[in-house]
Amino acid sequence: MIYRRIDPTADCGIQVFGKDLKGLFENAGLALFDLIADVSLVKPGFEYPVQVTGSDWADLMVNWLRELLHFWSGKELIVKKIKVIEIYEYQLSARISVGAFDAAKHRLNHEIKAVTYHRIQVTNTPIGWEAIVILDV
Amino acid sequence: MTIALKQIDDYRWEIPQTGDMRVPGIVYASSSLLTAEDSQEAFTQVANVATLPGIIKASMAMPDMHWGYGFPIGGVAAFDWESGIISPGGVGYDINCGVRLAGTSLTESEVRPKLEALVNALYQNIPCGVGSTGSVKLSASDEKQVLKTGSQWAVRQGLGEEADLDHTEDGGCLPDADPSEISERALDRGRKQLGTLGSGNHFLEIGVVDAIFDQDTARGFGLFEGQVTVMLHSGSRGLGYQVCDDYLALMNKLSHKLEFRLADRQLACAMIGSEEGMSYFRAMSCAANYAWANRQVLMHHSKRIIENILGIGPKNLGFRLIYDVCHNIAKKEVHEISGKTQTVCVHRKGATRSFPPGHPSLLGNYRQIGQPVIVPGDMGTASYVLVGTEKAMVETFGSTCHGAGRVLSRTAAKKASKGRSIHRELEDKGILVRWTGRSTLSEEMPDAYKDVSQVVDAVHGAGISRKVARLRPIAVVKG
Repeated sequence: MIYRRIDPTADCGIQVFGKDLKGLFENAGLALFDLIADVSLVKPGFEYPVQVTGSDWADLMVNWLRELLHFWSGKELIVKKIKVIEIYEYQLSARISVGAFDAAKHRLNHEIKAVTYHRIQVTNTPIGWEAIVILDV
Repeated sequence: MTIALKQIDDYRWEIPQTGDMRVPGIVYASSSLLTAEDSQEAFTQVANVATLPGIIKASMAMPDMHWGYGFPIGGVAAFDWESGIISPGGVGYDINCGVRLAGTSLTESEVRPKLEALVNALYQNIPCGVGSTGSVKLSASDEKQVLKTGSQWAVRQGLGEEADLDHTEDGGCLPDADPSEISERALDRGRKQLGTLGSGNHFLEIGVVDAIFDQDTARGFGLFEGQVTVMLHSGSRGLGYQVCDDYLALMNKLSHKLEFRLADRQLACAMIGSEEGMSYFRAMSCAANYAWANRQVLMHHSKRIIENILGIGPKNLGFRLIYDVCHNIAKKEVHEISGKTQTVCVHRKGATRSFPPGHPSLLGNYRQIGQPVIVPGDMGTASYVLVGTEKAMVETFGSTCHGAGRVLSRTAAKKASKGRSIHRELEDKGILVRWTGRSTLSEEMPDAYKDVSQVVDAVHGAGISRKVARLRPIAVVKG
């Protein structure tokens, strides 16, 4: 399991897991697009480099997901694969592959409108890393 | 920590000033409205807002309050223009989300026989739902005109009447808009979406005036019993979201410049007079203008569709804008505080302006009558038209409620609607519904909201606006 929904107190919240920071950030991005659409049906098209910075891990997480969400909200592209190449305090660089969303073929699950700072958390646990992110739908 | 409210009177409750709070919190509600489960989270947010610099009098919440991002929804807070802050979280993602109500000269019996054809035509021709693009394609320079002039742009394009501007809050244009403060991303999103309704709780509704509480004011507004009305709820679409998000990111990045501790990152803010504070104010004004132009375009198209389907001309339809209000905004306003006039930045997030008769900002005949306040309910119950009052100026910086307010999260609503056909339930009540989103109907079902009549009774009882008329929905298009 890379993430689970934690909706009762929020409109759309996710708890994401990763064995290390790279894994956590990759899984958070995949979780975001898993909520948006059925990613498996989307054909991969282009690759893009993504670079983000933040003031701490939590801020980096929000900025990272913001950047990924823009592929959907600004370009109607679905992020299919994510490779975090490098991550350190507090920036990351990644390569992602995206495919075009086709309303005739693909089902939209949730319209995620924004990534919020509400209850944002990134923590190091005895078994890896964990994040809580609340998304505006 | 549990926050205990101290009752002030029948409709006001105090959150006492403690810790870093600079002023107390005041919640407007009747006791029956204070039972919602998530109230505590919203009370904490009211208290958090009270910690922000420059806040005047109190951090307030209207009876339709519920938790939001940073500021609660239903929150009203005014900050001194010189020494206070401005916060994107105090406006919300959907900048100038608002409601527009038009009257016709038709009655229900004249529309009922063609209602199904009408709701189908509106659904097919008004772009709504996720990813929809508008009927108006904007060039980059047109878009800048929209951002600078709002509703005026639409009227100049022939999408409405000059008189509509007098019946729009601020004439449908905030003067401080400066498109150079808007990111390419926001501009990009804005070009494609003018004239689209959006998704979620946005709607277009045909209603009927089913009760009048104040004959003289209703007549002044152009409302009569049995009258068919058209209401729409929409905002600044992706452009507004992008502006909010861009400035939230910027203000978080610069939060070390603030000389106080933020209780919540979503409360990120800047001093109004700072470079980033003014940039946000100008960018937010652009998004507000975009939203007004959007509602102006949507309403004009709806009018054309209605004429077409009913086979009547403008004269027989008698379509006229009653008013357009915004309920997610920060405004530069002058208020009287402790006997002195002061320029303030009033944040209304899920709250509506409620200016009384005689207020210089009101245009046309509303200067004498007072400002219409439009309060949409859920799609199965009712909506209300209220009028602004002097008491709102004294107590709430001229503000009142904005709607019914959620009680169930979208997920909880979906769960609660399992096994039910919301669409059939509404049809049994004589309300035709068309919608796009797979889960829109269950997320937006009547049980997901507080009882709008209780909310309206609370603001009426508190005197911060007065009941004028009630509308009952007969057809609804949801995004």
